[in-house]
Amino acid sequence: MTTKLPQQTVQKKGFTFRDLTPYLYIVPSLALFILFVFYPFVKTIYLSLSSTDLNGNATGFVGFANYITAFQDKTMWTALWVTIKYALMVVAGSIVMGTICAILANESFKGRGLVRTVYAMPMAISSACIAVIATFILNPTMGILNQILGTQIKWLKGINTALPSVAVVTIWMNIGMNYLFVIAALQSVDISLYEAGSIEGVNFFQKHWYITIPSISPTLFFLLIINVINSFQAYAQIRLMTQGGPGKFTTTLVYMIYRETFENMRYASGATMSVILFVILFILTAIQFKVEKKVTY
Amino acid sequence: MAKTNMKITASKVKQNNPVAGIVAIILALLVISPLLYCLMASFLTEKQIFAKQLFPSSFYTGNYVAALQQAPLFTFIRNSVIVAGTCTFLQLFTGSLAGYAFGCLKFKGQNGIFRVFLATMMIPGNAIIISNYLTVSSWGLIKANTLWVLIVPYMTSAFCVFNMRQAYKSLPTELLEAADIDGCNSFQTFYRVAMPLTLPALGAAGIQTFLSVWNQYLWPLLTTNTVECRTVQLGIGMLQNADGQAFGTIMAGTTVVMIPSLLVFVLGQKTLISGLTAGAVKG
Repeated sequence: MTTKLPQQTVQKKGFTFRDLTPYLYIVPSLALFILFVFYPFVKTIYLSLSSTDLNGNATGFVGFANYITAFQDKTMWTALWVTIKYALMVVAGSIVMGTICAILANESFKGRGLVRTVYAMPMAISSACIAVIATFILNPTMGILNQILGTQIKWLKGINTALPSVAVVTIWMNIGMNYLFVIAALQSVDISLYEAGSIEGVNFFQKHWYITIPSISPTLFFLLIINVINSFQAYAQIRLMTQGGPGKFTTTLVYMIYRETFENMRYASGATMSVILFVILFILTAIQFKVEKKVTY
Repeated sequence: MAKTNMKITASKVKQNNPVAGIVAIILALLVISPLLYCLMASFLTEKQIFAKQLFPSSFYTGNYVAALQQAPLFTFIRNSVIVAGTCTFLQLFTGSLAGYAFGCLKFKGQNGIFRVFLATMMIPGNAIIISNYLTVSSWGLIKANTLWVLIVPYMTSAFCVFNMRQAYKSLPTELLEAADIDGCNSFQTFYRVAMPLTLPALGAAGIQTFLSVWNQYLWPLLTTNTVECRTVQLGIGMLQNADGQAFGTIMAGTTVVMIPSLLVFVLGQKTLISGLTAGAVKG
């Protein structure tokens, strides 16, 4: 960076076309971000403060009335609670599974190449596909799960089993990405730590618990954020597996937003919950960053 | 560089661990079992499925015929390939341009603008989907019945910009200065000298982008209304809605639909992993 100094003094002469070129590279992305991220973001906030007609046009400013309605709405709180339960299961399960897969795949054994491919494979399978397959697996009469267990459980219809079922399917979907990030991080763990550990005589579990996990904590933290954001936004698997049911037991915030907006045509209400979703994710991410700064690695 | 090489040799020296191997293989079987189950069930007759048979006893293709009759799966696949391919190309293009500016050039407001770009990651896609829907709807794109409605909002991504910036940042500055001295203008330096060197990063980001667009569900669901414009993910739902109990047909359709993305994954696996390892968070 310091080597660039003489060039900068030369450029100070005047504003030339050359000074403008860097901006030309940015314009396409910036324009698209403004159009499809920032503008809709502002518009969503605007809609949440308005009343809307059936086509989503704002018909008047109503202040925080939509928020008051949303916060007084019990179903919104239920949806939020469902989302949190779902996210806790998915985030914990995804990171744990990804890490276990990565640690195993990092050992050396016969057939490792194939195992590595399989662990990453869920990345390539869409949520729609796995949701449909899972619906079959979980089918009370014909599904293989009940056959193996010898049970007749209606997994997707039970109030205690529906949400965990969807969560397990989501964890499966997330294994690929989590595994890939962890195994990439494992390559940069200082090998001398393991050598020191083997001199101390630690076993396999101690080695990974005391050396590997702390060493890859930045990656695990990154995965925590990504998984939280993703799990709060799950949609396809819920729609295809449970349609939010039984009752409202699997209706997450995003699923409720979809229903409010595109089935009930209540755009303002949907926009309000979208803003609430954003605020929750923003706070969660901010907290995570705060915590990360405190945790030393 | 020397450090990484050392680590690779160190991990190669690692002792064989058969116990971990067995556990790893069992886990791998567990991970792949839903896909194998789907594949096997797709070759079972309806009778066999009701009889809870697991392994197909013959090469029964009736489910595939039925699936293709019930839903134009190849149209869906074509649509998805067009949409995911176009989005990937455009995201890599816009991402490379911006990544080059952030990684190799110096300009006023650079950090500020980069932060604005990163901020887009903080805005969850589903929180702005209503407004985006209203936008494309007001442009008449939904009524126009075109695949463009699926492409337009996904022509750039902070993910691609960020990854390409990392790639350009790691290029030696001497190289770009040499190109400058040789008389390349800024754009020539970019696409003749710098861009070819970021191919691994382009590959990795490209595969991830392709898969993520391929897997989209909510946006296509909202914005496409006709069969001709639907993508594979919606097509699966269509099969399920047609007859939720025709599991053989549904599994056959699902198998067909999984092939393209699995192909991209298997072919691009090495690139994906090497790109990810190179750009991984240190630690």
